[in-house]
Amino acid sequence: MDTVLDGQPRERSNVSLADRAHNIRRHALLMGEVQGQGYIAQALGIADVLAVSYFHALTFRPDDPEWEGRDRFLLSIGHYAIALYAALIEAGVIPEDELTSYGSDDSRLPMSGMAAYTPGMEITGGSLGHGLGIAVGMALGLKRKSSSSFVYNMFSDGELDEGSTWEAAMSAASFGLDNLIGIVDVNGMQADGPSRGVLNFEPLAPKFEAFGWFVQRVDGNDLDALVGAFDAARTHACACPRIVICDTKMAKGVPFLEARERNHFLRVEADEWRRALAVLDEGRLQ
Amino acid sequence: MRRSKYEKPAPRASGGAKTSAMIASLAAPGQRTKPAPFGNALLELAKTRPDVVGLSADLAKYTDLHIFAQAHPDRFYQMGMAEQLLMSAAAGLAREGFTPIATTYAVFAARRAYDFICLAIAEENLNVKIACALPGLTTGYGPSHQATEDLAIFRGMPNLTILDPCDAHELEQIVPAMVEHQGPVYLRLLRGNVPLVLDEYGYTFEWGKAKTIHDGGDVLIVSTGLMTMRALEVAQELRDDRIDVAVLHVPTIKPLDEETILREVGRGGRLVVVAENHSVVGGLGEAVAGLLLRTGTVPPGYRQIGLPDEFLDAGALPTLHERYGISTQAMARSIRGWL
Repeated sequence: MDTVLDGQPRERSNVSLADRAHNIRRHALLMGEVQGQGYIAQALGIADVLAVSYFHALTFRPDDPEWEGRDRFLLSIGHYAIALYAALIEAGVIPEDELTSYGSDDSRLPMSGMAAYTPGMEITGGSLGHGLGIAVGMALGLKRKSSSSFVYNMFSDGELDEGSTWEAAMSAASFGLDNLIGIVDVNGMQADGPSRGVLNFEPLAPKFEAFGWFVQRVDGNDLDALVGAFDAARTHACACPRIVICDTKMAKGVPFLEARERNHFLRVEADEWRRALAVLDEGRLQ
Repeated sequence: MRRSKYEKPAPRASGGAKTSAMIASLAAPGQRTKPAPFGNALLELAKTRPDVVGLSADLAKYTDLHIFAQAHPDRFYQMGMAEQLLMSAAAGLAREGFTPIATTYAVFAARRAYDFICLAIAEENLNVKIACALPGLTTGYGPSHQATEDLAIFRGMPNLTILDPCDAHELEQIVPAMVEHQGPVYLRLLRGNVPLVLDEYGYTFEWGKAKTIHDGGDVLIVSTGLMTMRALEVAQELRDDRIDVAVLHVPTIKPLDEETILREVGRGGRLVVVAENHSVVGGLGEAVAGLLLRTGTVPPGYRQIGLPDEFLDAGALPTLHERYGISTQAMARSIRGWL
């Protein structure tokens, strides 16, 4: 079962989730090359989660991003925009030829994600700790409308530092928001260094459990595990919000970039982008 | 300068029953008032606007939203004492097509939740109405509850309409108008038994419009919020001194009705006094001063009546309004001194 349209399973696509994830990584690397910089390590790390989100879990219409019956996918982490653009390009929401405009003047693809700029971008992220609270409001709104749509909020382990995240976490459970699915990217790296050294948020799963959430923690680069977790998140029988904690590897798929330690804003030299693409493609063939 | 906390205050000479209680009314003894005009107007509006929902951060009862909440429990969301969540959830509800009325105290919206109002609501021009009690100096609880700089904080936020009504009559008219308006609104809410003044002047609120409520040839008071009520009292009082005072009421702080203000100031010959229940920093006074300077409009004199750039004292409201120069008597004294 791949992309679901209008709530009905679409004909099985010949493109595998692994290919989708691979293509998302390629789109992201090509965008990174345009600007010669970007949050490419995060994009490579989260590509598998986005592939499963857009090509397995979400209901949406690529040609009608504001279709009322869609599942809402919020990107709280504005600087992951490069990753979401890659997924939206792969999903056919954004034309592939716009990829070269990434981060340029008058582009629909600014470096930090904003709702007013990009089809398929539901909210303006970037001021971290906003997404989950907005998701609570949207989930309440969907329930008011008796909608069966889900709200997905993708946020980062860094956003666990923000008190607003926990205000929202407590309220989502208090309101019994079973139409809200949180996705946390635990890549272990923040602006000032390793996340646990910045502000230790572990043990994370028990925290969300204590807050009243249905919690799953998976390897965020394991497609099968992600499919299982997203399925369970949607179908689990409890009147509670759901969270999929995804442990991901920064720069996944390009070993020479994976090996770099300070990778929050990964430095990639001009001649390395093509090499990264080649390495990525090589890895896919194996 | 506040007295040292190690210095025992002198015993009170007489036992005047002054209170700094949170629920102190702004009304003078014997003044006409109306109970909970905001909550009652919202209740009336709710009949025809099913998209209106109410949210509060554990202050529904203290913002008169409880009247709406009790009548429509299914349309009320208690967000808990979490103002960041209050604003972001209101943004989410607006995204889904609802018109959220989010209430808390002005200090908490302005100081604590600013980033969430700015990015989650205003940047997207979402239809969230933020109604906040205790604007300026309307409680004797001290700086934790006195939003003396809320206008200064919010004036810099693009897309946000800022409203500062004078009384119950105006507040009742503002509620349907702000819901009708497309975009975010910050309302300085007067709650409880709210003075009723402007009905006697045949006043009607108009979105974005400043209006002359009382005309006069010596002094032009440009006022907002409850200071318009004070300004009208000052106009009566100074009449005995043969000082002719005009009152231009500016309930919409942003966008400012520049045309009317320039026209009134441009009539010439009048001392211009801007009066506001707010710090002299960053409120209506500086907004008007900037406007006059930019347009080369020079009145014979320009003065501000507002709160000092200080953390204010705790105490009874009448004491504090007198101490900081925004009582009717203090205003009248200041204006006499400037003439």
